[in-house]
Amino acid sequence: MARPIEEIKWQDLEMGAAVSERGSAREYKTGSWRSLQPVVDQDQCIRCGVCWLFCPDAAIKRSEDGSFEADLEYCKGCGICARECPVGCISVVIEEV
Amino acid sequence: MDKFSVFSARLVEKDELFTSGHRACQGCAEALAVRLVMKALGRNTIVAMATGCMEIISSPLPTTAWQVPWIHVAFENSSAVISGCESGMKAMMRKGKLPAKKINFVAMGGDGATADIGMGQLSGAMERGHDMIYVCYDNEAYMNTGIQRSSATPWGASTTTSPAGKISKGQFTQKKDMPKIAIAHNIPYVATACPSFPFDLMEKVEKAAAIEGPAYLHILSVCPTGWRIPSEEAIKYGRLAVNTCVFPLYEYEYGKYNLTYRPHPILPVKEYIQGQGRFRHLTPEDIDSIQERTRTEYEKLLKLSEEG
Repeated sequence: MARPIEEIKWQDLEMGAAVSERGSAREYKTGSWRSLQPVVDQDQCIRCGVCWLFCPDAAIKRSEDGSFEADLEYCKGCGICARECPVGCISVVIEEV
Repeated sequence: MDKFSVFSARLVEKDELFTSGHRACQGCAEALAVRLVMKALGRNTIVAMATGCMEIISSPLPTTAWQVPWIHVAFENSSAVISGCESGMKAMMRKGKLPAKKINFVAMGGDGATADIGMGQLSGAMERGHDMIYVCYDNEAYMNTGIQRSSATPWGASTTTSPAGKISKGQFTQKKDMPKIAIAHNIPYVATACPSFPFDLMEKVEKAAAIEGPAYLHILSVCPTGWRIPSEEAIKYGRLAVNTCVFPLYEYEYGKYNLTYRPHPILPVKEYIQGQGRFRHLTPEDIDSIQERTRTEYEKLLKLSEEG
């Protein structure tokens, strides 16, 4: 998106309120909703990917080396990853402000 | 269907066609269900979506969370719109105006759009035999507007329009059995699924896409806000619904029932009910009556699947 969401006025909308840029919701960082934050213990992690599969916000990043990590720009802090992790290597900590 | 597929989270499609940044509540299993359905369908997909949670959270102007062509239509006519898309594109491909290729035509709606408001149009689309998939995300009430009862709300659930109190026990009618209504249309494929069983769900979506003709998918999507449960337990309650046989996973393919997952052991319904705020007021006798009904319904289904 060329401009931040806040600067887009009604005159800029397309005919029929169409949105021609796909996946532009990425501009909106839902991470600001969070009060709890998942932290992955990389030593215990078995790289199975269950946290990635169960995240409703697709907010788990897969890195090149196969490890998984929360994407704090989008993570809403629901805690599903910590609950579903088969080895319990994800802990939920209170976000520091 | 290949029964020897490898089920590993790491091998699932990486492409996110339902992107981050959507405005669903924390722990929304419905958003997870949409994400998994889109992973299974792939990019050659056109989606028509009825009004509801998923439409509101995925497309607040000027942004959209969708990576595929998507249209929002009124509450009742998502299946009518997608049947028009299907017929139109089929005609254009026949005339050579569009390159011929396989496109998945998908209509989506919540339980309100499917079981209450859009049922007539859905019935018409299934009867006309369009090559489409209808996906119903069943969170058992109108969650988007603030937890009003729908005909898919189970007996005893307290919602804002069926509140529990001194006289009322909450919802006083039984949940409408929407998959059975779809089966009554004699369509090629009907299945129930739950995002707590992601591989089962994705396999069913792939099957529905491969089959010619209308397919109906009923997906139980736990709503932490409306069911009054903690957000991190959304997956757990989906699993409990299946393991207690409140929501059995089965498919119906060309006239044959098939139970895709048989819970063993079958857990008591109490485990599913006791943690949910919407069932908090139920007495042990009420839970026994739910247990009895769940048991008879499951036995009926077992019998149907044995008959083949």
